[in-house]
Amino acid sequence: MLIISRALLDAAMTHAQQQHPLEACGVMPGRQGTDRPSRWVPMVNHAGSQTFFQFEPREQLRVWREMDAQQEEPVVIYHSHTASDAYPSRADIDFANEPHTHYLILSTASGCEYPVRSYRIANGQVIEESLRIVDVDTRAA
Amino acid sequence: MPVFVSVPTLLRSYTQDSKRVQAQGTTVREVVDDLERRYPGIRSRLMDVQQLHRFVNLYLNDEDIRFLDNLDTVVADRDELTILPAVAGGAR
Repeated sequence: MLIISRALLDAAMTHAQQQHPLEACGVMPGRQGTDRPSRWVPMVNHAGSQTFFQFEPREQLRVWREMDAQQEEPVVIYHSHTASDAYPSRADIDFANEPHTHYLILSTASGCEYPVRSYRIANGQVIEESLRIVDVDTRAA
Repeated sequence: MPVFVSVPTLLRSYTQDSKRVQAQGTTVREVVDDLERRYPGIRSRLMDVQQLHRFVNLYLNDEDIRFLDNLDTVVADRDELTILPAVAGGAR
């Protein structure tokens, strides 16, 4: 299960809507081992595409180093699907390379019934997980 | 002449969970060859026979090796080589 604050989710959804019809992408780091995202980092979609995303490599290097220095990990990696459901595509499965990450997919397609869904993806296997949205960040200090 | 190599999560199964390992070589290609000797199987996750996989990025210190001399880039003692698989995907 992914537990995420409404503020983080809203930030990602707004990002996705602003980028529409291009795919938006980003990462939510959290302290290693806590499994709770604590901040939101929108990333440049290097592909600039309606059907593909790729983190801009130099930006990714900078953000990954930053996470490393702060004992964080990419708890959530998100991207949007702008004309289809929030379900992993073949490319999403092939490229998933963080076994501990929650892969969040946001659909900005009109009429999408479930626009926010979360998955674990590893070794070609997709497991959908439940999503709990919390209004107040109740993490222990 | 050791080079320090930063290993991404996905490849730590090859390095007994180490996130930073040492390897030897005078070029990036030789460092990758040495990694393969130490951690068999890791090379094919980075490159095919001739070149780096398209969605794997290798940084020597802060420079993408594709903008240097690619696998022939010369490395110096105590350089930092960072392996970073691209984060990518999308609806297509």
